[in-house]
Amino acid sequence: MQAKRLPGPSGAGKAPTGISGFDAITGGGLPLGRTTLLVGGPGSGKTVFALQFLVHGVQHCDEPGVFVAFEETSQCILDNASGFGWNLNAPQRKRLFFLDAQPQPDLVQSGDFDFCGMLAALESQAGATGARRIVFDALDIVLALLPDPHAQRREIYRLHTWLLARKLTGIITLKADTDHTNAISQQPFGFMQFMVDCAVILNHSVVQGVSQRNLRVQKFRGSSFDENESPFLIGASGVEVAGARTLDSVETQVSTERISSGVERLDTMLGGGYYRGASVLVTGFSGTAKTTLSGAFVQAACQRGERTLFVSFDSEGSEVIRNLASVGIRLAPFVKSGVLRMASARTISGSAETYLVRIKALAREHRARCVVIDPVSTWSKSGTDLNAHSVAERLIDWSKADGTTLLCTRLLDEMSSPAEGSSPLQISAQVDTWIHLNYLVQAGERNRGLSIIKSRGTAHSNQVRELILSDSGVTLADIYTAGGEVLMGTLRWEKERAERVANEAVEVARKLKRVRLDAEEAELEVRVKSLQTELVAKQIEKALLLSSSKSLAGDVSRDRTRLEELRGADAIPPAVRTGGAP
Amino acid sequence: MSSLPVVFKFRLYVADDALNSAQARSNLAALCKTYLPDRSEVELVDVFKEPKRALLDAIFMTPTLIRLAPLPVRRIVGSLSQTDLVLRALDLEGETDAAQRSVGAIHRV
Repeated sequence: MQAKRLPGPSGAGKAPTGISGFDAITGGGLPLGRTTLLVGGPGSGKTVFALQFLVHGVQHCDEPGVFVAFEETSQCILDNASGFGWNLNAPQRKRLFFLDAQPQPDLVQSGDFDFCGMLAALESQAGATGARRIVFDALDIVLALLPDPHAQRREIYRLHTWLLARKLTGIITLKADTDHTNAISQQPFGFMQFMVDCAVILNHSVVQGVSQRNLRVQKFRGSSFDENESPFLIGASGVEVAGARTLDSVETQVSTERISSGVERLDTMLGGGYYRGASVLVTGFSGTAKTTLSGAFVQAACQRGERTLFVSFDSEGSEVIRNLASVGIRLAPFVKSGVLRMASARTISGSAETYLVRIKALAREHRARCVVIDPVSTWSKSGTDLNAHSVAERLIDWSKADGTTLLCTRLLDEMSSPAEGSSPLQISAQVDTWIHLNYLVQAGERNRGLSIIKSRGTAHSNQVRELILSDSGVTLADIYTAGGEVLMGTLRWEKERAERVANEAVEVARKLKRVRLDAEEAELEVRVKSLQTELVAKQIEKALLLSSSKSLAGDVSRDRTRLEELRGADAIPPAVRTGGAP
Repeated sequence: MSSLPVVFKFRLYVADDALNSAQARSNLAALCKTYLPDRSEVELVDVFKEPKRALLDAIFMTPTLIRLAPLPVRRIVGSLSQTDLVLRALDLEGETDAAQRSVGAIHRV
């Protein structure tokens, strides 16, 4: 395990334990030069924790250590530790000193005694090796030999004073029934919790048949710490504490790259697809095509040549491939070429914590860039909801830190209220994109609807789309909304056809009307023309009339003149000249 | 009874002059005087002065009495205040009756 010393003053005065998560909880490790009490029931991981602390000191902090074993022999402890891959080379091995201090079974105890012998021996040993870290494993074993509580208390103080005087960072482990963690102070060595500077409680419980380990820092003088119980696991490399990421943790690289969801129209709805490294949640009741949607994503990823891990909790990998082939999603070739790895998690048993570790290991092994977990809701079945929730949270955290694109599906209980958020596993707040699949039952039909509930950093469509599965793949269709009604499937088709017919009728009527108007227009134009012709005729007639009456008047005067000439009249009677009237 | 006198060899680890170490020392002395007159050897080791020896002998609690002879090696931890228990542990039970008269010597300390 790589050491991560936290930068800044928060890490000052702390001795890093090298236990991932624990150093984050305590802001750097155990109090330097002080004593830490590690309390836990049988098999709660006290010895592993303590040993890891020493090994880390030797390997990464240049701090030699001493392990005082009261319970197991040092050989046993070393054998057990070899499984964790803490390979100490020869010089390192020399800097880690084991002291076998198990009381011999034939030991007779008569009267009072003290730990001076041990402290003297340790004094010489610690001085010789320059030890900075010390562990007293299962101190309760020797304490129990002391005749009375008074002597026990005295020896604990002696030990504590010695540790403080030597400025050794110490861990004392004690067995305790941690089922009633609050009552520890009532227990025989409970007062030790008041004496030490830091107390850590390890809890190993079985909840609904699922083993679960929790760690809680009870006190830490002079330092802030995460006060909550944190689940932990004894994994392949020792203790792993599931600490929430603190502000100190490294900002992960965020990508603006879009990757296809495998459904063309869904990409459009999302403004180009999912973000690389995003976590996508697909929720829905059973049979709403959650797996199919994940399958489409996997296919698209594999086509891009990205290594992908598909973890199925429902069925065997081959079953998933067969079922997806029926909707035109062909994954088998990718499995063959090694790009896709199908993992059936039905075989994994244990707590959600175990699942997470296994999935992480699988993903690392496969160097997966995309991970699909179908469905993640199974986790809430193994153990408590709270635990499953925190595991899912850390899954998202991990995938983000790793830059892995994660797609989880979540089965919603059909019996639960239709509100999308009512699932026991409320990880919807953490995911980047949340797609909800729903049924719409109408007119004896069940149709699938798809909607994007959220998609961070993306202008996404607010429209519900109909999800259509066919043997050629997954497509989305617009749903028909009319009069506040949402129509899908056959109803949508019917409504659309009815509308088409109605549209056609309207179009025909419109055409008819236009023709009629055209005719009327033509008629009017004709009339206008004939009237104009008539007008012209009238004007001509009028002009004719005018000119004829003028010539007539001329004729009359000319005629009179002619007549007068003919009559030989000598003078023009004045009456005639002025008007003709006598 | 005991035809051949067996010599008891003891090594007593003490922590300087701590109270229970001092008690152990005087208890052992009284015990030797009462039950093993002239057939016991006691070596005193102070863990603070010779921590290496304490480490080699795996002495973690003081005072610790080791019976080196006769074999098998026995270890008794504590101030040796419970005489009966100590005698039993040292296989000296049989000698108790013989030395009944001076048993009170140990309890006085």
